[in-house]
Amino acid sequence: MNYRWDFASVFSNTDALLAGLSGTLRLFAICLVAGLTLGLVVGLGRYSKRKLLYVPASIFVEFFRNTPVLVQILWFYFALPILVPFEVSPLLAATLGISLNSAAFSAEIFRGGIQSIDRGQWEGARAIGMSGGQALRRVILPQALRRMLPPLTNRGIEIFKMSTLASAVAYVELLQQGKLIASLNFNPIEAYTVVALIFFVVLFPLVQATYALERKLRRAD
Amino acid sequence: MTTAPDSCVMRVTGLRKRFDDNEVLKGIDLDVQPGDRIAILGASGSGKSTFLRCLNFMEQPTTGRVQLHGQFIGAERTRRDGTTDNVYNEAELTRVRQRVGMVFQQFNLFPHMTAIGNVMEGLRTVQGKGRDEAAALALKQLARVGLAEKAEAYPSRLSGGQKQRVAIARALAMEPDLLLFDEPTSALDPELVGEVLRVIRALAEEGRTMLLVTHELGFAYHFANRILFLADGVILEQGTPDEVLKNPREARTKAFLAGHNEFSF
Amino acid sequence: MYAWDFAPVLANSGMLAQGLINTLKITGTALAFGVPLGLVLALLRLSPRRYLAWPAGFVIEFFRTTPPLVQLFWFFFALPILIKVEMTPFAAAALTFSIQSAAFFAEVFRGGIVSIDRGQWEAGRAIGMTHSQALQRIVLPQAVKRMIPAFMERSIELMKTTTLVATVSYADLLFQANELAQKTFRPLEVFTATALIYFFFIFGASLLAHRLERRLAVSGEGTVH
Repeated sequence: MNYRWDFASVFSNTDALLAGLSGTLRLFAICLVAGLTLGLVVGLGRYSKRKLLYVPASIFVEFFRNTPVLVQILWFYFALPILVPFEVSPLLAATLGISLNSAAFSAEIFRGGIQSIDRGQWEGARAIGMSGGQALRRVILPQALRRMLPPLTNRGIEIFKMSTLASAVAYVELLQQGKLIASLNFNPIEAYTVVALIFFVVLFPLVQATYALERKLRRAD
Repeated sequence: MTTAPDSCVMRVTGLRKRFDDNEVLKGIDLDVQPGDRIAILGASGSGKSTFLRCLNFMEQPTTGRVQLHGQFIGAERTRRDGTTDNVYNEAELTRVRQRVGMVFQQFNLFPHMTAIGNVMEGLRTVQGKGRDEAAALALKQLARVGLAEKAEAYPSRLSGGQKQRVAIARALAMEPDLLLFDEPTSALDPELVGEVLRVIRALAEEGRTMLLVTHELGFAYHFANRILFLADGVILEQGTPDEVLKNPREARTKAFLAGHNEFSF
Repeated sequence: MYAWDFAPVLANSGMLAQGLINTLKITGTALAFGVPLGLVLALLRLSPRRYLAWPAGFVIEFFRTTPPLVQLFWFFFALPILIKVEMTPFAAAALTFSIQSAAFFAEVFRGGIVSIDRGQWEAGRAIGMTHSQALQRIVLPQAVKRMIPAFMERSIELMKTTTLVATVSYADLLFQANELAQKTFRPLEVFTATALIYFFFIFGASLLAHRLERRLAVSGEGTVH
């Protein structure tokens, strides 16, 4: 390989990269919170026996799990503005697409976790006069959360990776900045290699931590 | 809808329970007076657990009325085809369960809380008491069942008998008017049964109103002032322990007792 | 109230159909290369020889951890310069998703092989089989059956992931949708129709996968995920 690697041209643009990284983190944080919160609500809806809650929740889950995220992001960016009177920014489109998708996957994680708790726990809670909501909050969820932690952290990592899709609507995140640097400095190899390495360096420890967490929880059970 | 003040703690009239096509309880009447200690016996499938669970509405009676201190629980509804059944309001049932306590065969302790945490939980979350007040009350109940020194232990560290005693303390902490025991010793190793029965007997001697579904016939004889024998969803025979256990009238009762002849009076 | 009009979408359904075919083409290609490559990676990873296991492990972890779009951009923009070979969008996409899916399939393979009871290996060795004979004749056939649900899940995932190729101008369904939206000035109808097409395809595939899974579960042992 006689290509002359030149990383200097990338590192002279560190502020662009940092702007990208902060955009990535911002998008990640918003989608993580929105996705998991909505996921819990929808998950409870899926767990409910009332058709009024179960059916819409199921439609939501099946639709957003079985459509590609990029399609959703582009829909929100190009199609939604026609229906609503306000501007849809790249951030809003990406947030909507990624959050709703993550909510659908998280809903199933929450439902599975809650369902896996022995029925007797519900009975013990109700027998001392707890309402369903109190039982869920004080007895069921604390126990379910332990089991749901590995798949939920996996979801978090997926959300982080999905943030790159926001570059398709020109949101300023890390990959978008990589594109920018590459086009300005004509060094796509170094630019994209650096971007890939940054993602790897950030995510690899988190992925390993998830494996460790999974192993620890499996042993404790 | 209240009737005139009644000394009766709980009155059950015409209670029926159907699961889909299967009618498990076919009309049960019962008056529970304060201080009653009622043992409920029967073969599996007789409906005895279902009946007990109807009394704190863990199962909801299909038809028939239940009164707690003279107050009817739930409401009757006439359906389009002319039949009536019962509807229950979750908020009302939650209040009923603060007055009617239950101890389960499988204990159902909360594994993520300590023993004292389990006992305190109802006081804090349901009754809204502060942490210190709840802790003090909980510790008293744990001492009552002989487990004060295990207050900070998690259920996974307790034996079956200890777990069940904590479960009893948890039910007692709510200061219920009526205590229901659903086969409290059936899931215990034989050598652990005694410690639980001793606690139940102590409660009986305090004059608490209790209903006990059990297979421990010897214990039932000494504990109860009334015995109900259930078969096929109805009370086949009832009376004092001497009447039902020593001189049963019905053939089915005799057959049941014959099959359980390892007990001693 | 916006007046929906799907006529332009229906009029250009050929364009979308071509896109769908290309989507299936890229997904199929990635699967065709990814599965065998995944098996190779898995076997390397399981090898007791460190100089084989470590690089394989690194490749697997790298391609599972970095975002697929970053990988695609690298293969499309960076690699051609490095190896001085022109790359069509299809080639870059095929290369990216073959390796990316191989990394995920490698973990499925590894999980399946590892889940087979040690006793099976020992029985094979005990009658004089070499390690690879035992693998081929005894372990893999049993492992494959357990891995089928995870495989199908991963394949359906792949179909969703390949939409990324639209960003490097490969004419898959999403790319065609974008072109059509610009051509007809009806992004709402076009993208809604496209989302629905994806949904029916992927949901349908998912249902088939579940039915197959149930039939397998009935006929034999458990499965690995």
